[in-house]
Amino acid sequence: MMIAEIWKWIDDRSGFSDVVKPMLEHIVPSDARWWYVFGSATLCAFIVQVLSGIALAMVYVPGGDAAYESLKYITNDATFGYMVRGMHYYGATAMVMLAVIHMTQVFLHASYKFPREMNWMSGVVLLFVVLGMAFTGQLLRWDANGVWSVMVAGEMAGRVPFIGAYIAHFILGGETVGGSTLSRFFAIHVFILPGLIFAGIGLHMWLILRHGISEMPKVDQPVEPQTYKENYEARLEKTGVPFWPVAMWRDVLFSALMVGVILLCSLFLGPPTLGPSPDPAYIHANPMPDWYFWWYFAILSMLPPELETYIILGMPVLGFVALFVVPLLSNRGHRAPSKRPWAIGTVVFGATAFVVLTIYGYRKPWSPDFTVKPLPAELVNSNDPHIQKGAELVHQKGCLYCHNIEGYGGFRGPELTYIGDRLDRGELTIRITNGGYNMPSFAASLSAEEMEQIVDFLLTRTEPKPEVAK
Amino acid sequence: MSESVDSSETSAEDNRRGFLARLSLILSGVIGAAITLPGVGFVLAPVFSREPRVWHRLGKVDSFEVGKTVSVEFQNASVRKWAGVTALTGAWLRRVSDEEFIAFSINCRHLGCPVNWIEDASLFMCPCHGGVYYSDGEVAAGPPPEPLARYEVRVRKGYVEIETSPVPLTTNDQV
Repeated sequence: MMIAEIWKWIDDRSGFSDVVKPMLEHIVPSDARWWYVFGSATLCAFIVQVLSGIALAMVYVPGGDAAYESLKYITNDATFGYMVRGMHYYGATAMVMLAVIHMTQVFLHASYKFPREMNWMSGVVLLFVVLGMAFTGQLLRWDANGVWSVMVAGEMAGRVPFIGAYIAHFILGGETVGGSTLSRFFAIHVFILPGLIFAGIGLHMWLILRHGISEMPKVDQPVEPQTYKENYEARLEKTGVPFWPVAMWRDVLFSALMVGVILLCSLFLGPPTLGPSPDPAYIHANPMPDWYFWWYFAILSMLPPELETYIILGMPVLGFVALFVVPLLSNRGHRAPSKRPWAIGTVVFGATAFVVLTIYGYRKPWSPDFTVKPLPAELVNSNDPHIQKGAELVHQKGCLYCHNIEGYGGFRGPELTYIGDRLDRGELTIRITNGGYNMPSFAASLSAEEMEQIVDFLLTRTEPKPEVAK
Repeated sequence: MSESVDSSETSAEDNRRGFLARLSLILSGVIGAAITLPGVGFVLAPVFSREPRVWHRLGKVDSFEVGKTVSVEFQNASVRKWAGVTALTGAWLRRVSDEEFIAFSINCRHLGCPVNWIEDASLFMCPCHGGVYYSDGEVAAGPPPEPLARYEVRVRKGYVEIETSPVPLTTNDQV
């Protein structure tokens, strides 16, 4: 009795039954089924991020001198620290993935069309803020990789015409990476961007309530702005169901599965390992972004230098603008994917490019492979000390950092496994001496004898002749 | 008659409201500026301030071998008490002759990653996107648009000294 009285008082003064309940019970199309769970799951992943992030911030020290040590403490010693860091990492992965899947679904079903243009636009802004969170978060790890990523971020910003250096110095908090840099990224990561996300989600959700969840696209129901709202309301009245509790259970079930996956990953896989300490003087770091940026890493490695600045600066801007204006370009007409081959084509192309570039970015050492081992004797396959010396030099002089011979070496330059079939002595000597497209000249760093040894070894790299049948 | 009284009353009320609306907007602007401007100045200050260049001792001249290129560490230009190891920066130092030294920045001019000196090949190589430089810092291959940046370096009283400088940005580094 007492509890009922208290609730009545709270309900009357807060207006829960008058304001919040109708929102929860708003009528949604009954065909809004499993396709529609990704948006709410993205929101749920954000909640995971907020909670695990607050927990981490209670121990993490955002200072250049102590951040790395505090992260080591969180990972190795703090109770549940390992798990909380893991949750924040996998939560970030989940949030980026789900936001992209959610957006793809909305695009395929053309839910961005009238009257939901602003829903889409606010979502695009949110996506870019989320990517900003992912990037700044990676730097807060403040190991060698994190520190060098700041440098890369500063360099990229430095390419903005006229004011680039100012932006770079703003990001670095001075002229170099140091005491001020991490504090800045921390403030951006925990105050500025989350503030934007909260505001963006508020707007995004308000717009959902204002315009209602879109129906599944039907071929016989193209969007006509003049009549859409009327027809939508009429259909909802006939066939709609209240969001709570009839439609919401799928969202909750999917989110529960996602949280389960995040927990299992953080328990069994753990947070990403910390690299070496963040000493900017440590030159053997090999900076690599988190996996959702590998595709970009691959693109940066493949570009001709003269295009690079345009792509580095232009691609994020163009990507943002292109996505942002989608509903302005077409906000009426067919929604069914079967009537929109270009939309399907765009998604298939985008997804394929992402997967291929990601695999490339991960597998192919775009850069010199500093860890390559010397060629084993059975591969060299020669008793001639002259040839053996040549094989040794191919490793020593760094040829193998970029060229591959039967699985040994990098992939930056052409493979040399059967180079003896392609080039003769003169051609090889000229290439090595002068260098050429993307290859340094070795004229100054090789003696005539060394050159001969290398060339003679390379000439032995020929395809084995097929055995003649007896 | 009564009509004209009404309309003059309405317009007086309109004027009053218009004035109050403008007053509120202007005052809100003043409040906003008063709250944000000091903070904005505080945050932007490092963008416009220039750190003084300082010479740091790297070691005795004799501790460096002629012809060798070695990595050295020293305190960077924007040093803060709480920077810890991040107050350090590195450089590649080569003793060219008895008295002459060259110091290269470790930052690749492509996107700032740390370049490695490969002694046997006489090349600087960057691990990120395949930038390669000759021993004099000129671009040998890959995407870097400019040669490696150099630090000022000098010999004083038997010690090699290096001058701090900002991170060399590929473009626009002359602000």
